Amino acid sequence: MSVHALRQRVGRIDVRDYGIVVAFLALFVALTLSSSNFFTQQNFANILDQWAAIGLLTIGETICIVAGVFDLSVGAMVSVSAVVACKVALSASPTTGLLAGIATGLGLGIANGVVIHLTRINSFIGTLATSIVYAGLAVIITGGNIVTVLNQGFGALGQNEGPLGIKWTGWTFIVFAILATLLISRTIFGRYVYAVGGNPEAARLSGVRVDLIRGACFALSGTAAGLAGALLASRTMSAQANLGAGMELTAISAAVVGGTSIFGGDGAVWRGFLGVMLLAIIGNGFNLLNIDTTYQQIVYGGLILVAVAADQLLRRRA
Amino acid sequence: MAELLEVRGVSKSFGGVHAVVDASLTLAAHSVHGIVGENGAGKSTLSKIISGVHAPDAGEVLVGGGTVRFHSPRDALAHGIATIAQEIALVPRATVAENVLLGIEPNAAGVLRSRDLRRRFDELNERTGFSLAANTRVGSLRTAEQQKVEIMRAIARDAQLIVMDEPTAALTRNESARLLEIVRQLAASGTSVLLISHYLDEVLDVCDTVTVMRDGHIVRTAPSAVETPATLVAAMVGREVSLEYPAKVPPAEDAPTVLAVRGLRRAGVLEDISLEVRAGEIVGLAGLVGSGRTEVARAIFGADPIDAGTITLDGRELRIRGPRQSARHGITMLPESRKEQGLVMMRSVRENVTLPTLRDFATAGVVSRRRERARTGELAHDLAIRAPSIDAPVSTLSGGNQQKTLFAKWLVRTPRILIADEPTRGVDVGAKRQIHELILGLAAQGMAVLLISSELEEVLGLAHRVLVMQRGRIVAEYDKEATMEQVMAAAFAADTAGAVS
Repeated sequence: MSVHALRQRVGRIDVRDYGIVVAFLALFVALTLSSSNFFTQQNFANILDQWAAIGLLTIGETICIVAGVFDLSVGAMVSVSAVVACKVALSASPTTGLLAGIATGLGLGIANGVVIHLTRINSFIGTLATSIVYAGLAVIITGGNIVTVLNQGFGALGQNEGPLGIKWTGWTFIVFAILATLLISRTIFGRYVYAVGGNPEAARLSGVRVDLIRGACFALSGTAAGLAGALLASRTMSAQANLGAGMELTAISAAVVGGTSIFGGDGAVWRGFLGVMLLAIIGNGFNLLNIDTTYQQIVYGGLILVAVAADQLLRRRA
Repeated sequence: MAELLEVRGVSKSFGGVHAVVDASLTLAAHSVHGIVGENGAGKSTLSKIISGVHAPDAGEVLVGGGTVRFHSPRDALAHGIATIAQEIALVPRATVAENVLLGIEPNAAGVLRSRDLRRRFDELNERTGFSLAANTRVGSLRTAEQQKVEIMRAIARDAQLIVMDEPTAALTRNESARLLEIVRQLAASGTSVLLISHYLDEVLDVCDTVTVMRDGHIVRTAPSAVETPATLVAAMVGREVSLEYPAKVPPAEDAPTVLAVRGLRRAGVLEDISLEVRAGEIVGLAGLVGSGRTEVARAIFGADPIDAGTITLDGRELRIRGPRQSARHGITMLPESRKEQGLVMMRSVRENVTLPTLRDFATAGVVSRRRERARTGELAHDLAIRAPSIDAPVSTLSGGNQQKTLFAKWLVRTPRILIADEPTRGVDVGAKRQIHELILGLAAQGMAVLLISSELEEVLGLAHRVLVMQRGRIVAEYDKEATMEQVMAAAFAADTAGAVS
């Protein structure tokens, strides 16, 4: 059978859907068999807690990439949100502080959407620019110092356990993932996100307001960053200006590893979720099996290459 | 005369559509050979096979008597065949001399030898007599000058044959005349030219031999001395009608005017466009590719902004700001390229069909797939859309079924006006017939239809009235029984040369 015929038979959607599932399950089973510490409630609860912030960002990023835009500013938005949360908590109640952090993310996300709409710059460069502005903003707010909150109530979100031994951080991630999944797969908005990412001109000629939809995606991504910032600030009862630096790259990696097409129009929140979880259990596996973690980076990098190469191969058929 | 290149029994299809069928052609050295034909007759495809852009499905290309298989334009260039495409392919930021010698720069171990480059360029300048300034940036040149750079580039690579696809389309009359003079000189100095052009006078003026194509076939090849514009048009149109058209139902005598467009203008693109479409009437827009037909459709639909003019629907003047508002008023458009503008190829038939009217299928923002499936299923049945499933990606459908999906998309609600731009492009004969019946059926129900097609037969076969466009203006109108010759003559008429100002 020729490669072409094979590809036709396998079908693009299936490979995309199941590549990440197969990879995840294979590693999951391998780790279960090779380490007695892997398949434990405590280990899973830890993974969810450690990866909650990145997980939130990945979900926002996945939605943006499906809509055909990149958000490189999520890391900086995490920093600003966390810093604002702490600052507000110092002068108002802890809850007000956390809410202010989330609202900051939402506001910065909307600002991204407006900037991209008005300047018509490519989102990659546009959000790179805003991320630098936001990072600067975080430094100005903190004056370069660590902001520490002493009121113990501020730590509740980041430190306390909820049901099933999973911390509230993990629950935030899980609930956000479920809501985002419903939003993207069930609503008019979700449908428009796929249309705008898949073929912006066809979407426009069908009466979809392309920039508005993309702006909403930036706002969603900002909200996810705001939540992540609030979680991280609460966990350590403190924040500093470089808290989220570099997180955007991990989030984009996880989205791509989850099978989100960097060309837009294809991907799913649950796949982004699995992408994060795959990165998480790879890291976890290195620890449990006592392998030198230096190799972890090589595996991550290789995985991204495989995911993107597979995406392009599947695209070329169309 | 010596034979330079031969094409033997070449065929090429795209997705089941036969673009070129069993074409054979011989190009002589030291000559100018023209190819003429209607839009979609296969001229460009044939020239692209010769220049290595497309590989033929069947048949062979011979250069100097030996079979060649080109995998790219680069291969063709290695055999002395250069192409000057409709879109200029130069590096705008580089200078004229750099562009001419791009890829063949004189060098010593990879280090550029600027002085040799300059000397080589001066030689070429002298040989062609173009007198181009070596250090001007190509981006700042006019199209006509850029073409000279391309020609010089071809000569710098010792091209034996230069393929020119519609080289004068973007030129003023004077520039065209000068280019044709250059073409003559090239032939005289030993470089043959294959000229694809819509302008019959031009072709007859400069070519030694002319080939006429129709529906992918070569009708005949003859010395241009024995041809006239009339004989060429007759050959392009052909006598037999390859497709039967369903019977037209004329609109009622008292059918009200649904759409009225007055004085529509878009600077540099459209000039003073006025037209009316009555309920139940199909108005056809004919004209060459690039004459402004699609632009009229897009302007009415609000896809492009307009500089002046009014659009009236049922006697009420509309302020159309975009496709969103148009759709709300019941104005719909099937865009000319279903892949680029019409469909989200990787999404399902269902999602594509309901995209413009998604709110009708949703409660509090949540889409009901059950209701979507029901309505899409109905439409798929009515329009005989053949798909593995309505949940299958549109990309898995044939061209005809994709086109029907595009119709279904705008028939979820019954529109007042349907603008169909190339509704049967790249569609097989069976689906074409079904689409024709569909369009006539919609008009019979009282819809106002504006039909654009590069296939004149189709326009004449379906439309109650035909408007002919040329260079952004409506230049002729025919009621009922227009002949192909009349419409073609109007579309090809040479008397308004020069771009719209």
